[in-house]
Amino acid sequence: MNTVIFRTVAPYLTSLMVLFSIFVLLRGHNEPGGGFIGGLIAASAFAIYGIACGVQPVRRAMYFHPMALAGFGLFIAALSGFPSVFERVPYLTGLWVFPMIGNVELALSTPMLFDIGVYFVVVGAITSIALALEERETS
Amino acid sequence: MAMLADQPTLLVLALPFLAAFLSPLAVRLFAYRAVWLLALFPFAIFLHLAGHAGAVANGEVFTGGISWIPTLGVSLSWRMDGLSLVFGMLISGIGTLIILYSGGYLKGHAALGRFLAFMFLFMGSMLGLVMADNFYALLVLWEMTSVTSFLLIGFDHNRQASRRAAIQALVVTGGGGLMLIAAMIVIQGITGVSELSLLLATGDTLRESPYYVVAFILVLGGAFTKSAQFPLHFWLPNAMEAPTPVSAYLHSATMVKAGVYLLMRMNPVMGETVLWETVLPLFGIATLLAGSLLAIRQTDLKLKLAYTTVASLGLLVMLTGFGGEKAIEAAVYYLVAHSLFKGTLFMVAGTIDHEAGTRDIRKLSGLRAAMPLTFAAALLAALSMGGLPPLFGFLAKEEIYYALAKPGAWAIALTILAIVGNALMLVIGFAVALKPFLGKSRDELHHAHEGPVLLIAGPLVLSVLGLVLALASGFANRILVSPMASSVAGEAVTAVAGVIPHIGLPLALSGLTVLVGIAIYMRLDNARLTMAKLLWRIGWGPDKGFDQAIAGLVRFSVAVTRFIHNGRLETYVTVVFVALAATLLGALAGFGEMPRMPALPGLTFYEWGILAIALAGLMAVIWADNRLTAIVSLGIQGFAVALIFMLFGAPDLSFTQFMVETLSVVILALVMTRLTLHKSDHRPMSQRLVDAAIALTCAAGFGLLLLSVTQLPFNSELSDFFAENSRVIAHGRNIVNVIIVDFRGLDTLGEIAVVMVTGLAILALIRIRHQPHTDEVEDLELTGELPGELKGGRNSAEAVQ
Repeated sequence: MNTVIFRTVAPYLTSLMVLFSIFVLLRGHNEPGGGFIGGLIAASAFAIYGIACGVQPVRRAMYFHPMALAGFGLFIAALSGFPSVFERVPYLTGLWVFPMIGNVELALSTPMLFDIGVYFVVVGAITSIALALEERETS
Repeated sequence: MAMLADQPTLLVLALPFLAAFLSPLAVRLFAYRAVWLLALFPFAIFLHLAGHAGAVANGEVFTGGISWIPTLGVSLSWRMDGLSLVFGMLISGIGTLIILYSGGYLKGHAALGRFLAFMFLFMGSMLGLVMADNFYALLVLWEMTSVTSFLLIGFDHNRQASRRAAIQALVVTGGGGLMLIAAMIVIQGITGVSELSLLLATGDTLRESPYYVVAFILVLGGAFTKSAQFPLHFWLPNAMEAPTPVSAYLHSATMVKAGVYLLMRMNPVMGETVLWETVLPLFGIATLLAGSLLAIRQTDLKLKLAYTTVASLGLLVMLTGFGGEKAIEAAVYYLVAHSLFKGTLFMVAGTIDHEAGTRDIRKLSGLRAAMPLTFAAALLAALSMGGLPPLFGFLAKEEIYYALAKPGAWAIALTILAIVGNALMLVIGFAVALKPFLGKSRDELHHAHEGPVLLIAGPLVLSVLGLVLALASGFANRILVSPMASSVAGEAVTAVAGVIPHIGLPLALSGLTVLVGIAIYMRLDNARLTMAKLLWRIGWGPDKGFDQAIAGLVRFSVAVTRFIHNGRLETYVTVVFVALAATLLGALAGFGEMPRMPALPGLTFYEWGILAIALAGLMAVIWADNRLTAIVSLGIQGFAVALIFMLFGAPDLSFTQFMVETLSVVILALVMTRLTLHKSDHRPMSQRLVDAAIALTCAAGFGLLLLSVTQLPFNSELSDFFAENSRVIAHGRNIVNVIIVDFRGLDTLGEIAVVMVTGLAILALIRIRHQPHTDEVEDLELTGELPGELKGGRNSAEAVQ
């Protein structure tokens, strides 16, 4: 699998896939998509990069340990339930704000934060497994 | 529950968590000086609580909170009565001083920020624990104190002793926490309430229930592990591996009293039974004696103090269970006094260690000139610990003997044993406070000098408070002791003890205690050697027993694992699939749920095409020469299924299916390439036939199950609800996603936690390198499972659509 073509294309492909995964994550509330799918896309992006260029470049590119990303995701997903405390509604009740920036209405919400958490958990958990497997293969 | 009567309190209770979040940042900016800033948090809490003290003393009870998960009876409610208020003031007040002390003690330590964050997390948990009204809030916070205690004991995690002590404390207190969970469920089952406020109003319901004994044993399990009652006391002395501020705060002044708090809280509804008044004093007095005798033999200042803490907790449990207003008053006096003097003595021990470089009592002497302020604080604390006037400990001791001095063999026996225990504690108090300071000064200690203000402030303030509270006993009685004793007794109690000794039996017993104590103090070295010899002769203790129990557990699980996981993947797969087929078909046949033969649907040509592709993929799997080819071919079938999902209007599911299939193939291929398997399949024909039969039976089971599910009448209630409300309530058009992140967010939270934990487990398995054969087999199983888990989560959400 270590062809020159694959190795040359992989970084671009990975970047595009990660970008696409974020797009899928954010559109998820209204169109097909969401944190699970976005996370899976990003995880496969990193897996491809790892197969093409080795594990070390992926780890460098990700900067954080993938498991730390997963932990961060779980943390913010759990945290996204807390603002509801201040509204005196049960834990994890979705809260929305619609600020206007210029003449564009932006929809921000705690479910979005939650979905981002899901995304990170999926990316982190699967990438760390894939990388660990790839790593031992090469060593 | 009086809703939102006093909402600021809830925010105040959340302050320590905010401080925990800020501490690493503050330490990065201001180094150890950050503690001056951070100590304002607990101080603010203290002021807030103190502001309620007057009203609470007049018999008012403040409650409030917000409902959290109302469907499960879980709420974030709090209750401020005499008991929780005094505990809260001790936690926040001593907490303020401890945070300052930590800054001095760990000045320049690389991880000071993390340490303070852990301390604040603990403080928040402990405050919440004593303030919590809801059972579940109490349980969660109870466990959080165990976890933060674990983190703090193991703070110096490079040392093996710290790690062992941390794990030991977690196992013991965590086990108690599990019993407490069971206790709360039983109590909720009996009384039907999940709030302490409501529970306290149930009167005799709990005592008269046939399940009282069960609830009693379980509550004791929680309380005795946390409050280190004999024979579960061993984790507490080991916890002295933690830095001294932790020992002073968690393991003497606050956390270990959580068990006593629980008993006191339950006293109005569970106390005054024969069982309660027999078992508690028995364990209490055993703990008092064991703790104080074991303290004698120690040479380390902190260990000596730790064992006296064990002894004091025993005394508190004994008094709580002894029965009667006076005993409860005595427990309250002693609890407050103990927090003050023991906190002081621990901080003094830490300061000595910090400035003189050793905590060994045999190497310390003559420090009084070098450390006069520390000496003053230590002396005041020791006098209070010894129960001498005019200190708060004296009030406690008077009340103890006043309560115990009753006719009857039981009371007399307890009194005699209590005198022995108290005398021994007096000895230890003076040994810790006097030995290092008196005598001639030693050359090797010449560099010792008074600690900086951060190290001095805590012990001085606490020890002087022990004096002031005793002198202003009227104030202390009205604001602290009477309200707390009233809460514990469940009826109004007025405490009247003062520093002026009253001639009578209690005073005589106090005097006797002091005389016995002085007699032992004179022969301290002999006593220590005798105890050491005795313990050496016994040669076994619960601490060693703990190691043996853990080792036994490990051996047992290794044996079980060897038996079940023999390392043959074929066996595992066969067992799993045979069981699966039996369950599916057995249930369908047994309950007469076999589906009718459905009519063949009219499919378009491209739908037939997709089916053909799926079949072709499966054929390729079966006839592939090479395992890698088989895995990739399996992906063909998966993609075909994804296409079917797409055609039948489930784009989300289809999308996920594509990704899961891709990743499964990649991960399976990665695993396969590294397994030491033959590239191809070498099973004999007979084996192949058997395997094929199992596979087909399984497939038949699944097929029939799905058919019978689709033949049930479809209840569209849920789908309609989601379709109607997804846009209106949750502002989303993608119903699947709205269900996942909003309507059923709590489920998803659980699922992603599972994903994370599974990931960690797999990572751990991959990293076990020394047994390549067994662990790779398990890798394969788990990686095969993970995408299924994700798929399962999606499917369950999709099914309602």
